[in-house]
Amino acid sequence: MTAETVVGVGRRAAAADFRTCPYTGLKVDAAAQTLIKANAVAAVVFLLIGGLMGLLVALTRWPAVHLLPADWFYLVLTGHGANVLLFWIIFFEIAVLYFASAVLLNCRLPAPKFAWLGFALMVVGAIITNVVVLQGESSVMFTSYPPMMAKPNFYLGLILFAVGALIGCAIFFATLAIAKQERTYEGSIPLVTFGALTAAIIAVFTIASGAIILIPTWLWSLGLIGEIDPLMYKVVWWAMGHSSQQINVSAHVSIWYMVGALLLGAKPLSEKVSRTAFFLYILFLQLASAHHLLAEPGLTASWKIVNTSYMMYLAVLGSMIHGLTVPGSIEAAQRKNGYDKGVFEWLRKAPWGNPAFAGMFLSLVMFGFIGGISGVVLGTEQLNVLMHNTIYVPGHFHGTVVTGTTLAFMAGTYLVLPLIFQREIVWPKLAKIQPYLFGIGAAGISLFMMGAGTLGVARRHWDITFSDAELSFAHSAGAFLMMGLNGVFAILAALGGAIYVLVVVGTVLFGKKITAGHKLTFPLHAGGGAAVSQYGSHATTKLPGTIVLVAIFFVCFVLYYFINWKYLSELWLFR
Amino acid sequence: MAVTPPAQRIWWNEPIERVELTWVIIAFLWGLFMFGFMIAWHFIGGQNLSREAYRIAPSKYEAKVEEFAKKHTVREEKGVPVVKPPAGSDIYILGRLWQWWPILELEKGQSYRVHISSIDWQHGFSLQPTNINIQVHPGYEHVITLTPTEAGEFGIVCNEFCGIGHHTMTGKIYVTEPKRAESGQRLADGR
Repeated sequence: MTAETVVGVGRRAAAADFRTCPYTGLKVDAAAQTLIKANAVAAVVFLLIGGLMGLLVALTRWPAVHLLPADWFYLVLTGHGANVLLFWIIFFEIAVLYFASAVLLNCRLPAPKFAWLGFALMVVGAIITNVVVLQGESSVMFTSYPPMMAKPNFYLGLILFAVGALIGCAIFFATLAIAKQERTYEGSIPLVTFGALTAAIIAVFTIASGAIILIPTWLWSLGLIGEIDPLMYKVVWWAMGHSSQQINVSAHVSIWYMVGALLLGAKPLSEKVSRTAFFLYILFLQLASAHHLLAEPGLTASWKIVNTSYMMYLAVLGSMIHGLTVPGSIEAAQRKNGYDKGVFEWLRKAPWGNPAFAGMFLSLVMFGFIGGISGVVLGTEQLNVLMHNTIYVPGHFHGTVVTGTTLAFMAGTYLVLPLIFQREIVWPKLAKIQPYLFGIGAAGISLFMMGAGTLGVARRHWDITFSDAELSFAHSAGAFLMMGLNGVFAILAALGGAIYVLVVVGTVLFGKKITAGHKLTFPLHAGGGAAVSQYGSHATTKLPGTIVLVAIFFVCFVLYYFINWKYLSELWLFR
Repeated sequence: MAVTPPAQRIWWNEPIERVELTWVIIAFLWGLFMFGFMIAWHFIGGQNLSREAYRIAPSKYEAKVEEFAKKHTVREEKGVPVVKPPAGSDIYILGRLWQWWPILELEKGQSYRVHISSIDWQHGFSLQPTNINIQVHPGYEHVITLTPTEAGEFGIVCNEFCGIGHHTMTGKIYVTEPKRAESGQRLADGR
């Protein structure tokens, strides 16, 4: 059975319509190109909606502003989670999957009609969920823990969206199969495609877990099932909820490698090491459901320890490896490009004025330092009790999903606009400052939420003054200061987000059409696609700059880890 | 490049550069250490969450807590009983929309078997400013042996979203200085 009969409505190779990219030499299938555009546009629309909701949330949690009334706050918070964590990110990821398969492999996208069906399901699902959230009575938060119940359409929308995303994954796998069959590339798939494959495999696991829990929950909301056990729900729901964040990690690490390759001609230091690091994600990231169950009753310590550490931190090992190989490959490439003086000339003379590079490098650094380290600390069995459900938790995942994934996707967009939309970026000066504004804003909200959480401020909480509560409690002045600073930096991040949306929409609608011979405002590496693969091995280059960066990271990691153990040892005793 | 197939067709036989290998080994060993430290804390640390838990019908749990409160109430505060149980005994906390009930008065340095459960939705037991945070499920009675190590007035906040009144859900624990010198001694030994 060929891949074509598997997908049913395949196109013949001859029927596909290709153009050749003047900058990379890659063959771009017209159907793949249109689908990438559609998914990217949908992603940005939901980023706009979800981002606006995020700003409203932050302004409400700023004690001096306290913008929304309680019912609206909880409603908007529910919508914020669904729109940015699910819809923005997954639409963009589907675009990444199509790019990493069809475009990078010079292959046609099989069954584009089927891909459009997936897209339509995702759009319909996202709209249904948004409508039902805005109608009220479904302010159950993104996690929708039972016995709290949303309207049936809340779950239905998510299920439809997931089915659509699953179709996108199937198209991706089919493209890989067809590319191999039609020999559109030589040897093994590129590293970026390998990373995307990692993301797609984890996505299938994730969506299956989501189906296993959301379908019964939907039936429960319809009255067809009597009860959903709240603990069981959390175990299975988080196999979707947390593992889906690992799709993001795989996808944005792929984008880091891609930006390094296209802008600087970076080549992986070692294909073997980088691919093994991705493979560790596939093997171990699924265990992360336990991160949300460390403060729950009834689970044994051994279950918690094995699962929360991804089996002895082997998936963390994968991320730590990328933390060296990504900057390492960039340093090696820059030294080859002629910036070989001292320890840091390669970094100083990097294209910081190119938003694709700036966004990518900020994402790399902040994902590691903010999201990565806090994630390990939060996921340590005993330390979790210090921060469980405090605002430290959103602090951590804004460090991963906003400064990491979202910033990397924004960086990737500055390549998608000229290469796929074939439009020159409008307002390049705005585009230049965008990653910095957004990055600094997002880093600020992550750090200040983590700070407030360390001081005990609860997440998903409308009023930390407890003014309506019968028994009052007063948080420290420091906690209020942190929440205020969180609001200030949220405005900065929102400004960066608004500029991003403005530049993308402006470019798509009014950007100058790129024609043959056009010189890009933000140029790619001169080598372009195939020529660069003739580079010698980068392994011969010394990487002192990367060694310094990684050493700083490691020292911060160890120190912060033990500081938290010290905090824990000062708590009341419990066993 | 990362966007093109590997330059070496047989990429899996390429040697690994020393800097990469060193980092992989350091990161792996650090992971092993962190893994081991969680296990070690069960032996050397004083803060490990109990796994003792029971299935219980919410109505049954509510009855248990009410009986407990009736037995040991010493006064009332804003309509909520303040309960002072004997040291070392089983004590009960109930999470419901939207309060932690009842108020407890404990003695510093004494250990108590604290039972926690909810009778409606999930709640988050968050003891402040100490910052101990434990998830509370309806239908599950979690039993934790707790020893306060400081005296004073402590708040219990709810940090699991539980509906429109979530932010009004609070409770209180008073911890009094030990009356006898020996309990202070016991505390010092416990640490």
